[in-house]
Order: sequence, then C-alpha cells, then structure tokens
Amino acid sequence: MSGQALLGNLAVLGLAVAIGFELISRVPSLLHTPLMSATNAIHGVVLVGAMIAVGVSGADTLIKILGTIAVAFGTANIVGGFVVTNRQLGMFRRSERGKKER
Amino acid sequence: MSYAITAAYIVAALLFIVGIRRLRNPETARIGNITSAIGMLIAVVATLFTPGITDYLWIVVGIFAGSAVGYISAERVAMTAMPQMVAAFNGVGGGAAALVAVSEFHRVHDLTHGPQLFVFTSAVLFSVLVGGVSFAGSVVAFAKLQGIWPARLRSFPGQALVNVLVFGGAVALGILVLVGDAGTPAVAIVLGLTAVLGILFVMPIGGADMPIVISLLNAFTGLAAAASGFALSNYVLIIAGSLVGASGTILTQLMSSSLGRSLPKILFGALAGGGKAAAQEQGGEEKPVHTASAEDVASILTADAESIIFVPGYGLAVAQAQKALSGLMEALEAQGKQVRFAIHPVAGRMPGHMNVLMAEAEVPYDKLIDLEDINDDFADTDVVLVVGANDVVNPQAKEAGDTPISGMPVLDVGAARRVVFIKRSLAPGFAGIDNPLFYDEEKTMMLFSDAREGLEGVLEAVKKG
Repeated sequence: MSGQALLGNLAVLGLAVAIGFELISRVPSLLHTPLMSATNAIHGVVLVGAMIAVGVSGADTLIKILGTIAVAFGTANIVGGFVVTNRQLGMFRRSERGKKER
Repeated sequence: MSYAITAAYIVAALLFIVGIRRLRNPETARIGNITSAIGMLIAVVATLFTPGITDYLWIVVGIFAGSAVGYISAERVAMTAMPQMVAAFNGVGGGAAALVAVSEFHRVHDLTHGPQLFVFTSAVLFSVLVGGVSFAGSVVAFAKLQGIWPARLRSFPGQALVNVLVFGGAVALGILVLVGDAGTPAVAIVLGLTAVLGILFVMPIGGADMPIVISLLNAFTGLAAAASGFALSNYVLIIAGSLVGASGTILTQLMSSSLGRSLPKILFGALAGGGKAAAQEQGGEEKPVHTASAEDVASILTADAESIIFVPGYGLAVAQAQKALSGLMEALEAQGKQVRFAIHPVAGRMPGHMNVLMAEAEVPYDKLIDLEDINDDFADTDVVLVVGANDVVNPQAKEAGDTPISGMPVLDVGAARRVVFIKRSLAPGFAGIDNPLFYDEEKTMMLFSDAREGLEGVLEAVKKG
C-alpha cells in the first residue's frame, strides 16, 4: 500500500465514522434493536474479503479451509441479520391501522 | 473491470447509508433494511468479478452453508432470544474478519517472505485482535444469555493479572510479527490468545449488563471488518466496517448512560469490586404492604382511572405475558381509557428490546413511549401498572448514594396517583435494592403473582366489569 493509498483509505475511514455517528444518533430508542441487528448484518460485508481470500488463484489448503469457514460465517451473518431485522420490523404497527382491522 | 467493481462498492456503501437513514422512522425502517440488503447483494455480486478470482467452488459452498444456517436460525428465533441471536451473528462476523486477516497475511507472506509492510501487517494484527475478542466474547455472551454458561464460572482469583498477561503476550507476539520475520504460526497464536482474552473479558459480566457488552462487541466486529478492509485495500469493507464501528460505539454509550454507569465500571467493575451488588440487609422486620387481588386491581383500573400507563419489565417477557398485557390494553381502551406504555431503555436484554417484544404482542408503536418523553406525564396519570420491573422504577436510584443503581435514570412512577405492582414477591430485583414504593400503603397496591397469571386474572375481572 503506497502512502497515497493509505491516506485515501484513512480519509474514507474518517468520513465513514463521521457519517456513522451522525446517522445513529438520530435513530429513536424505539428502533434500537432493529438498528442493531441491521448494522450487525452490515458488518457481514467481511464476506467480500473472505471471497477474495478463498477465490484467488494460488490459495493453498490452509487458506481454502480458513477462507471457506470465513465465507460461511460472513454469509450467515448477512442473511441471518437482514432476515431477523425484517421479521422485527414487520411487527411494528401504528394504532390507526390496528383500529381499522378490528 | 476493477473500476467497475470499485464503483459497485461505492454504490453498495451509499445504499448502506441510505438504509440506516431510513431506520429512523418505523414507517420507512423496513424499506431501509431491504435497501441495505440490496447494497450487500451488489457488493457480493461485484466481488465475484474480482480479477484473480478463479476458484468459485469454495465460495459457493461457503455461501450455501452460511445462507442455510443464517436463514433458518433467523426465521425460527423467538423475539425474546434476540440478544443471543445478535451475539451469535456478531461472533461469526468477528470470526470471519479475523480469519480473512490471517488468510491474507499467510498468502502475502508466502509470496514475499521476510518482514511485511508495516501498514498491512498492523491492519492484519488489529483485525485478528479485535475479531478474535469479538468472536470468543460473543460465544460466551451467547452461552450466558442462553443460560448454558455455568453461573458460578465468573471469575477466578488473580484473573485481572491473567488478563494482563494474555493481552501482553498477544501484543508482544504481534510486535514480533510486525518488526521481525515471524510467519503465519505466530499470527495464529495471536488469534488463539485473543480468543482466550475474549472469554476472560465477557466471563465476569452479569446478565443485566449484557446489552452493553453485545453492543460493544457489535462495534468491535465492525472495526475488525474495517481493519480487514485496510489489509485488502477494499473500500466497501472500510466504509461498512467503520459505519458499524461508529454506530456500535454510540449505542454502547447510550446504554451505559441509561444505566447510569460508566463503561469501564461495567466492564472491569465485576473484577475489581467483587460482589458490590450484594443485597442490602433487610433488617428482619416485616414492613406492611397493601396486598391486592386481581379483582381489586381491575376495579381500580376501570372505576377509578382515566389515564393509565403500563410499565413492562423483563420479568414480563420471562413469564411470556406480553399478550396478556396487550389484551388488557385493548379491554381498557374499549372502555374509553387512555393507555400508554412507558419503556425504560434497559427494560429488555438489549437496546430497544422491550419495544420489539411489545410490537410482537401487537401493541401499536406510537403507544410505546420512552423514558425521557413520558416521565413528566406520570404526575397527570391515574394508575401506573408495573409488571415484572423493579429497578427501573426504584426511586432510590435518585436518592441513595452508593448503590448499584445510583444515578440510573428511572421511570418516575411514584408521581402518579396510584401504583400497582404485579410481582412474584417482595424480593428485590437484579440490583438487590429494596424499593420504598412497595411500602407506600396509600398509593401502592401489590398483586403477588406470576406476571402472566396475574395479568390474565386482572383481564378477566376487567371484562366481567
């Protein structure tokens, strides 16, 4: 990694942290559990790294093993996180609708 | 091609941001979650076209296995078990980040031999350290929440010293990898040490502090993913990882301030202070309380109240009484009463947990009011019904100086005209602090019962009218 690339990466990191703080501070506590399980799903993005690790040519057996575990872990993290968040959010209802149904 | 991939990563990152942005409002939150999921799909599909990827077999195998496990567990899990679920996904995420870092180090080290670039190796080591702690810590948190971790296995004599030694060992070995020519085995040992560290770190922490630990480990996993992104020079990992790192940090901060305790005290207090949460001496004498039957409670709610606030605590969820409480809400509303729910930030086992449990029981979310917004309304409230909660309504948190709950913001239920507790016994709650509200015979009624049976009894009596 060149110095230039490192600085670029650091800039991206800094901006993403700033956006993260800003975004999350405004989520009401009502939605903190779905927020947490959604962000939880998002860190499963490490799957991308695992795919690269296990898929590049010349990966030896050790990398194949570790990488495949990492792919499975990352995918479970993503799929499980988004599905469970979707389930939670499907249960949140306003009162008007509830009254109409009755 | 690689420009197109980078562009796809940036689109994915933007969709994550838009998705989280939509989580601010319950009306748009579900779309927000789907938006983030689409971003993830774009990132994963784009990665398949990475130059140099030639072997798709293990990618496909891993994705199938992971999808099956993730989907089935997410569909089946009970809402009360949400903290365990998040801990589990957290653990696999952290583990994946650490394994990616080890693999990448191994590959690069194999190609070049000799000391690696400083930034690359630092990123690898950081990812291994934080990812390893997050993985093992999450496993312990999961086991504790699931009730399969032996309760007496919390700490051992000299544990603080062992923690320092293990951490010191991991750091020393890391430095060796960084400046010397230690190869993959050394990095693997660092990973092993950080796993031990993760176990030691979460082991002493008690059940009520789990929300904090889970949200902290969530932040850790995000940071580990970001560090892997540095090692691979991959934007989508850096952006998504640091978004989650920042959000987890904020949530952790919010949680510890709603417990009224500093983060270091929660994390290290259990080791340093020992059993500070020991119950106060009750002094033997029996103080009188106003005991009530389900019929008494029903008549207070129907005949003598216009505005009513329910305070659900974790005991309610343990007794599976959410439905009974929402049924009581409907019955009272049918009689023209105003019914709202006061939700304390730590009412559940993770941030916002009680809101999900109430939503599952079909309580509309606009009736779920958080502590800051409802505390001033208690003074204008006729009856407050507290079910399965104690510490979060204990006025002693405001007064007494040196208790485990001192400084914790509490729901000001004592300001209401009448207070009804549904509670198994007078036993103090998790923090071991007696609640003076119990003994205010003018204001307070105690219905001694299991939360579910008690509520069902009250509901029946209300319906009979």
